[in-house]
Order: sequence, then structure tokens, then C-alpha cells
Amino acid sequence: MLLYILIGLAGMIGALLRYTVSITTAFWWEGNFPLATLLTNYIGCFLLPFLTLQLTDRMIVSMQKAITTGLIGSFTTFSTFSVETIALLETGEAITAFGYVLLSIAGGLFFVHLGYKRGRGL
Amino acid sequence: MMFVAIGGFFGAIARFWVSNQLNKKPFPFGTLLVNVLGAFLLGLLIGSETGENSRLLFGTGFLGAFTTFSTWLFEVKKMDVKKAVFYIAITVAAGFLGTWIVM
Repeated sequence: MLLYILIGLAGMIGALLRYTVSITTAFWWEGNFPLATLLTNYIGCFLLPFLTLQLTDRMIVSMQKAITTGLIGSFTTFSTFSVETIALLETGEAITAFGYVLLSIAGGLFFVHLGYKRGRGL
Repeated sequence: MMFVAIGGFFGAIARFWVSNQLNKKPFPFGTLLVNVLGAFLLGLLIGSETGENSRLLFGTGFLGAFTTFSTWLFEVKKMDVKKAVFYIAITVAAGFLGTWIVM
């Protein structure tokens, strides 16, 4: 039960941070390309493996899960990624949509790889 | 801010619960389910004429936290290439299709 509350509180912080990134990005980015979500997902993809490896044995498992699964998991998002892609397709911007999907997945995998390496201290 | 926080609280708990039920098998069905279901529901929300507050509560807050991009790709990294390609393809295809149908 306590673990679920910890996950919830961490998820709250993750969602608020994601919302903050989207608001601050809107101040300087006016293009159609969904830059805020891309940045959020990149940062999360780096931090998830990095923190998973770094926090192991350094804190109790429930805190570790709250930070990785709760906070980082909620910070990144798939639903918005999907909606933004379909929105681009429906407004006839197929190339931008394709580029967005490609950059999100290929870039995300790159950052997961980087976070994994850094997390192991390489 | 309040709406995003409340939604995020419950979204994360819901994802954690589903993952605990379904991610034990050799394939992360839990993550697949939250992402596909979340993409469908967000499409439904954006497609309907709802107010700003419910978009923040259910969309940015709950469904944003319910679905996850980082866990998805971290799971991909731990798979062998064949399984990884399948996992990426099925998530993208089912997720986008769900959004597209209702948006």
C-alpha cells in the first residue's frame, strides 16, 4: 500500500515536470513539430536506465521504484506521442509525422543506450 | 497545475498496478496494454469537445502518466533484436491505430 502511494506521489512530480517542459517550450517554440514531447522523452530515456543502475543498492527498493517507475515513467509519455503523430498526419504533414516517429524511437533508443552505459560507469 | 498533479498521481498508480499484473511473463504485456489503451483514450479525449480542465486532469495528468515512453524503450533494449523489432512495431501499430480510429 505504501509503495503505491510513493509511486503515485512520484508520478505526480513526473507529470508536473512534463507539463512544465511543455509550457516553457511553448514560449520559444512555435513550430508544428512536437518538440516538447520529444525533449521530455529523450531526457526520460536517458534517466531511466541511468537511475535504475545507479540507485540499485543505494536506497531501499520502494524509493528506487518510486523514482524510476513512478517519476521517470510518468514524465515520459506514449499517449501524447501517438496523438501528436496522428494530428500531424490529419493536417497533411506526413513527412513531419514520419520524422517525428523516427526521431522519437531512434533517438530514444540512443539515449537509453547512453543512459545504460553512463549508469554502469562507462 | 492541480489537475495535472491529481491525474499524474492516479495515472502512475494505475500503470504500476497493470504492470505488476501482466509484466511477469517473458513479454511486457502490461506496458503494451497501458500504452495502447492510453493512446486510444487520449485520442478519444482530444477528439471530443471537452474543457481545458478535464484535458489537464485526464489527458496531461492521468493518461500522460499512465502511458510511458522510457519504460517501453528500456524494455526494448533488454530484448534480442527480433523480439525488439516486434515489440516496437506492435506498440506503434496498435497505439497509432487506436488513436486514429477515435480522434
